[in-house]
Parts: sequence; structure tokens; C-alpha cells
Amino acid sequence: MKRFLCALALWALSGMAQNAWAHDYTLGDIAIGHPWARASIGQAKAGAAYLTLSNDGAETDRLIAVETPAAKKAEIHTHSMENGVMKMRPVEAAEIPPGAPVMFQPGGLHVMLMGLKAPLVEGERFPLILIFEKAGRIEVMVAVQPATSAEPVMEHKHGS
Amino acid sequence: MRRSTLVVGLAILAAILAGSVAWYLTPMPNPDGQAFTVSKSNAPPVSVGGPFELTAHTGEAVTDKSFGDKYLLIFFGYTFCPDVCPTTLNDVAVALDSIGMRADLVQPLFITVDPARDTPEVLADYVTAFYPSILGLTGTPEQIAQVAKAYRAYYAKADPKTEDTEFYLMDHSVMLYLMSPEGQLLTLFSHTASPEDIAKGLMKYLPQPTS
Repeated sequence: MKRFLCALALWALSGMAQNAWAHDYTLGDIAIGHPWARASIGQAKAGAAYLTLSNDGAETDRLIAVETPAAKKAEIHTHSMENGVMKMRPVEAAEIPPGAPVMFQPGGLHVMLMGLKAPLVEGERFPLILIFEKAGRIEVMVAVQPATSAEPVMEHKHGS
Repeated sequence: MRRSTLVVGLAILAAILAGSVAWYLTPMPNPDGQAFTVSKSNAPPVSVGGPFELTAHTGEAVTDKSFGDKYLLIFFGYTFCPDVCPTTLNDVAVALDSIGMRADLVQPLFITVDPARDTPEVLADYVTAFYPSILGLTGTPEQIAQVAKAYRAYYAKADPKTEDTEFYLMDHSVMLYLMSPEGQLLTLFSHTASPEDIAKGLMKYLPQPTS
């Protein structure tokens, strides 16, 4: 019985780990690491998606547009802090130079989702289309994590 | 010998004076790291806080006098803010959860800088998702301008010329203020303060519960 419970626990754990484990995509020279978002709060109309973009090619590429059926509008935004004031601004494109991964993460670059059509629910996924100048277009699935997440689940990158 | 001592003494005095004047004139808030403290005893009169009249997410009218002997933990933000505002509110919730009964002495307030979109209904939905006792406050544009001015909080539309009424962004101060029940600023936390930093700051200023 004990052994059975143990096996059951292991099975459950491995399932959970698989679920939460980072999911990755590649498109030509561009690698897209674990797209994720926080669950939205109540009827909140804004959300943000985060991911990591790396370029294995020889030339810089640029993320020039984002689209999603989950929101009325999606834009690439960044944050800056000036004298204790947080400013969020759209950027035209995100440069992805070879060999230097670009992190979209809380407090920095993010895909801003404006006018969510439905709440982002923890455990669900929604499609996000990324359009690169050179690599072209790809649809990725964004994993919705708890509203309290500060970083992608299972990727412990404290203090980076 | 005596004269040189005097000169050195005067120089030191002048330096101290210059230092304190510079500190006094330093615009607030500007900490970039952890919580910093305004000492109560000989603090220069940096005036932060003051009277306000606002509407709570419950629909009730509230003023700075509505909270009795509670310590106020105040944050300015807006609900169409996908990143910093939820992070800070969550940090506040985790901090309050970690300080036991002392949390009952604290009234967390989320004051919107975006009253046009943040009606009491929108706020109710938002703030209660983080922590049951957080009160969302909104008001007329004038009331919000007044309370922000009293707290030296900055806010403005990111694009002042925008005609978009749905998706516009706000720039805003991201300080967290701890105020005494008498309305004195006890400490400020920057947006980089962790829940542990906030909890530590609260423990420092909140009295031991008596009952």
C-alpha cells in the first residue's frame, strides 16, 4: 500500500512538473522560451505576457508585432523608473541581437494585453502570435500562472 | 593651534549644515533600494500626508480621519496596470500575512490615480482579490489631485494628448507609505522592497498588540 501511494505521489508529481515545466519554441534562428502570463484579477482589462527571446543566428532580428485573440489590442511595452515614478511605454520593436537573450519579465519588457476579452485563468493557455522582421511569424501558447507569480514557474532565476 | 582647531570645527559644522540642507532639499521620494526611514525626533519637516476626502470601493465616503487608530499603508496606482501595481499589492498581502495579529493594526489603502476608469465597482473587484482588508479609494479628479499632492505622489497620463479613453497608460509614483495613526510618515518602501522588507518595516513601527 505504501509503495502504491509512493508511486501515485511520484506519478502526480511528475505530471505536475511536466505541466509547469518551461515550454519552448523555435522559429528559424529565434528561440522562444516559456511564454507566461499572470492570471488576471477580477474584471481587470489589462494583462502582460512574458517570455525569453534568443537569437542563434549571425544577424540581429527584431520582434516587430504581437497579436492575440485574448485581447482587443497587444503591444510591446517597456518600463522605466525615473525618480520613483514608473513609466510604461510602447516600443516599436524589440531588438534581438545574436547571443544575448532578451528577457520579457515583470518590471521590464512585456507584451501588454489591452482589453482582455475574458479573464486569464490560472492553468489555462492562450495563443500569442509573434512577428519577427526576419524569422517571420509564429504562434506560441502562453501559460497562465498564479496572479502572484513573479517569474516563470520552475525557472528559478532570482535576482537576475 | 587654537585657531586651526576653530577653523576645522567651523568647517565640520558647515559641512554638517550643508549636508542637512541638501538632505532637506532633496526631493522626495527618491529611494531606490530598500525601505528608508524618516526619524521622528529630529526629522526635518518633510511634509507628507494630510487631509483627504475620497470614496471607498464599498461606496462609502472616507477621509483621513476615518481609520481611527490604524496605521495606514498607502499605495497610489491604477487597475489598468498589469505589472507593478499587482506586484506591490501582492507584496503587501504577503507582508501582512506574515506579521500575525499586528496586521489588524494596519489599514492598507490603494488610491487610484485613474479615477476615470477606476470606479468603486472596478476597484472593489480588484483590491479584494489581493487582501481582504485592502480598501480601494477613488474620487473626483480634484480629490485625487489633492491627495496625491499631499503625499507628493506624481501621476500623469503617459500620453497627455491621447484621445483613447480605454487603453491609455498612467505614469505614477510607486512608493508605499506607512503613516502613523496621527498622520505622520513613518517610513517609505520603494517598489523593489520585498514582502520581507515590508514586514520588517511594519514590525519596526507597529506596537505589540495588547490583547
